[in-house]
Amino acid sequence: MSDTTTNTTPEDDPHSAAVPAESHLHDAPAIDPDKAPDKVAIASQWQLTWWAFKRHRLAVFALWIIGLLYLVSIFAEFVAPDDPTKQNRRAVYHPPQMIHLIDRTDEGIRIRPYVWKMDRQRDPASLAVSYVKSEEKIYLTLFGRGADYKFWGLWETDRHLFATQDPREKFFIFGADRLGRDMFSRILYGTRISMSIGLVGVAISLVLGITLGGLSGYYGGRVDAVIQRMIEFVLSLPTIPIWLALAASLPPDWPIYQQYFVITLIVSLVGWTELGRVVRGRFLAMKNDDFVIAARLDGASEGRIIFRHMLPSLSSHIIASLTLAIPLMILAETGLSFLGLGLQPPAISWGVLLKEAQNIISISQAPWLFIPGGFVVVAVLAFNFLGDGMRDAADPYGH
Amino acid sequence: MIWRYILKRIIWMIPFMFAVSVVAFLLIQAPPGDYLTTYIAKLGESNELLDQASIDNLRARFGLDQPLYVQYFKWVANLLQGDFGMSFEWRQPVSDLVWERMGLTLCLSFATLLFTWAVAFPIGVYSAVHKYSIGDYIATTIGFIGLATPNFLLALILMYIGVVHFGTDVGGLFSPEYQNAPWSAAKVWNLIEHLWLPVIVLGTSATASLIRIMRANLLDELNKPYVDTARAKGLSEFALIMKYPVRVALNPFISTIGWVLPNLVSGAVVTAIVLSLPTAGPLMLQALLSQDMYLAGAFVLLLSSLTVIGMLISDILLVLLDPRVRYE
Repeated sequence: MSDTTTNTTPEDDPHSAAVPAESHLHDAPAIDPDKAPDKVAIASQWQLTWWAFKRHRLAVFALWIIGLLYLVSIFAEFVAPDDPTKQNRRAVYHPPQMIHLIDRTDEGIRIRPYVWKMDRQRDPASLAVSYVKSEEKIYLTLFGRGADYKFWGLWETDRHLFATQDPREKFFIFGADRLGRDMFSRILYGTRISMSIGLVGVAISLVLGITLGGLSGYYGGRVDAVIQRMIEFVLSLPTIPIWLALAASLPPDWPIYQQYFVITLIVSLVGWTELGRVVRGRFLAMKNDDFVIAARLDGASEGRIIFRHMLPSLSSHIIASLTLAIPLMILAETGLSFLGLGLQPPAISWGVLLKEAQNIISISQAPWLFIPGGFVVVAVLAFNFLGDGMRDAADPYGH
Repeated sequence: MIWRYILKRIIWMIPFMFAVSVVAFLLIQAPPGDYLTTYIAKLGESNELLDQASIDNLRARFGLDQPLYVQYFKWVANLLQGDFGMSFEWRQPVSDLVWERMGLTLCLSFATLLFTWAVAFPIGVYSAVHKYSIGDYIATTIGFIGLATPNFLLALILMYIGVVHFGTDVGGLFSPEYQNAPWSAAKVWNLIEHLWLPVIVLGTSATASLIRIMRANLLDELNKPYVDTARAKGLSEFALIMKYPVRVALNPFISTIGWVLPNLVSGAVVTAIVLSLPTAGPLMLQALLSQDMYLAGAFVLLLSSLTVIGMLISDILLVLLDPRVRYE
C-alpha cells in the first residue's frame, strides 16, 4: 500500500532490520588507489567487487567469524567434546571451567592445557548442590578419545578435537544444564541447525524473490501491480502473530527433519519480499539499458535476456540482500523455538537452548545458560556487517 | 486533493482487510482438529469421558459441524456488527477479553514509538554532525548490538539483573494490588511506573535502526550545496542544521512509522510473553495453542489492522510533510 506515495528507491527502503549502506570504514574510494591503473582497467567485475569489499575491514572480519561458525557446524561432532544429549546426574548445573594453558608444576613450567576439577558439595542443611574448585587438575589433549559418534553418518570414531586425557573425566567449558549436559557441545550442535536454517531459508527466499521480483520488474504493468499488492500484503501482516499461528498448527510429534523443514519455510516467508523489491527496482531501472535493448534487438529470447544478461549484473546486489536476510531468519527461528513453537527438543538449536533460560530461577542459578544468546548476537552482527560491506562493494563502478 | 487521497487510501483498506480476514481465518483453522478435540483430550486427562451424542451436540452448538466457508461468512458477518464471537475456553464473548489487552498493547506500542523517536532523533543528528567522533562510535556500537539482540534475550537479561542485583521482579505491567483493580488515577500511575522496562526492551532495536537511518540520511544532506549556501550566509550552525537538512532527512524517518509500528506490535508479542505483560501476546499464544479459534482470530485480525493503520498514518504524514511526494 505504501508505494503509491513514497519517493524512496528500493535501496533505502527500511523494511529490513538491515542498516543503511553508509558505513564508517568506507569513506575512501571503492577501488584501491595502490592498484596499478592498468590492472584496474582490465579487472573483472568480481575482482573489482572483491577489492572494494576487502577495504571494508569490519566486513572481512565478519566473514572470518561466519566462516568459523559454519566450519564448526560442519564438524560439530568432531569439535564437540561430548555427546550433546548425554545426561550426567553428577554434573547438574556444573559451572563453566576456564582452560588454562600454562601448567606450573614442581617440575617447571610447561605449556599444557588443563582445567581445575570442581568438587560437588551438598549443603547439609539446605541440600543445595554447589561446586567448589579443587586442587586437582584435569589435563586436556588434542585429538583425544571421548564419546563414540558416527562422523557424518559414515564411519564410527571416538576421536574429538580436544578431550580429557583420562576419558572418564569430564570438563565443561560453558558449564552444564539442568540435566548435566555439556553446554559447549550442545551449542555447537545448535550452531549447525540455527546457522543452516538461515541458509536454507535464504535459498527459498531467493527463488521466490527473484521469480516474483523479476516478473514484476520486467513485465511491469498489470503483472507488476498484482505482485506489488501481494508483497505489500505480506509486508503488512504482523510477522510474529502470523508465525505463531502457523507454528502452532504444527503437530509437536513430527520428526526433527520435518519440523526443521517446515520451520525453515515459515521463517523464509519474511525474507523474500525485501529481495523481491530489490530485484524489481533493479529490473525496472535496467529494462531500458542499452545492453538489454541490444540483446532484444539481436532477437534474444526473453529467458535469455533475463538469465544471461540481466541477472548476472544483479548478482552482487542479490548476494548482499541475501546476506542481510539471513540474520532475520536466525532471529525468527530463535524466537519461535524460544516460545516453544519452533523446533522441539530433542532437536537442538540456539532457540531451543535459550528456552532453558526462560525460567528466572534457573538463570539466577546458572547464568551460563545465556551463552547461546551470545552466539545469536555475534552471528547476527557478523551477518549484518558482512552484508553491509557487500552492499557497499556491490557496485564497484560507483563512487 | 489531500482529502481525496486519504479517502482513496481508506477505501483501499477494505479489500485489504478482507484479505487479512481470510488469512486470519485460514490460519486459525490450519491446526488439525478443532477446539473440541483439544477439549476432549483435556477431559480425557481427568478421566471424564463424553459420549458421542454430547460431542455432536457441543459441535453443533459451537457451529463446528458446518462447512468452512459457512463458518467464515458467519464469523465475518458477526465481525461487521462488532461481535467477535464466543471464546470456547473462557466461555465469554471475545470482545470482553480482547479490548483491554489490545488497549494496553496499543499503549505500550505508542509509548515505545515515542521513546524510540525521542532517543533516536538527537543521537542520529549528533552522530551525523559529529561523524567519526567518539560519541558517534559509541552510538554506532550500541546501535549495532541493539539491532542484533533479540527482544526476548534483552528482556531476560534485564529480568536477570533485576532479580539478582536488585531483588525485584520486574515483570508485569501492574503491582499485584492493582492487577484486578478497576481503572483509577493510581492504577494509571502504577502502569507508567512499570512501563519503562518493556519500552526499553521493545524500543532498542527500532531505536538502533532509526539512529542508523537518521545518520545516513543526514550525512547525505549535509554534503549538498544548499547547506554551504546557508553557512556562507552566516546562519548559526545549530539553526542551519535544524532548519534545513534535518527537515529533509526527517522524511524517511516519518515513513518509518509504517514499519516501526507493526514491528513493535509484533515484537511486543514475544516480549510480553517473557515479561508476562497483560497485553495481547500471551493470551493470543494461549488461544492459538488451545485452538480457541475466535479468540485467536480476533487477535490476529486486530494486530493486522494495527499494522495496516500504521502504514496508512505514515503515508498520510509523508504527504502532509513533504510537498515533493505526489499523490496519484
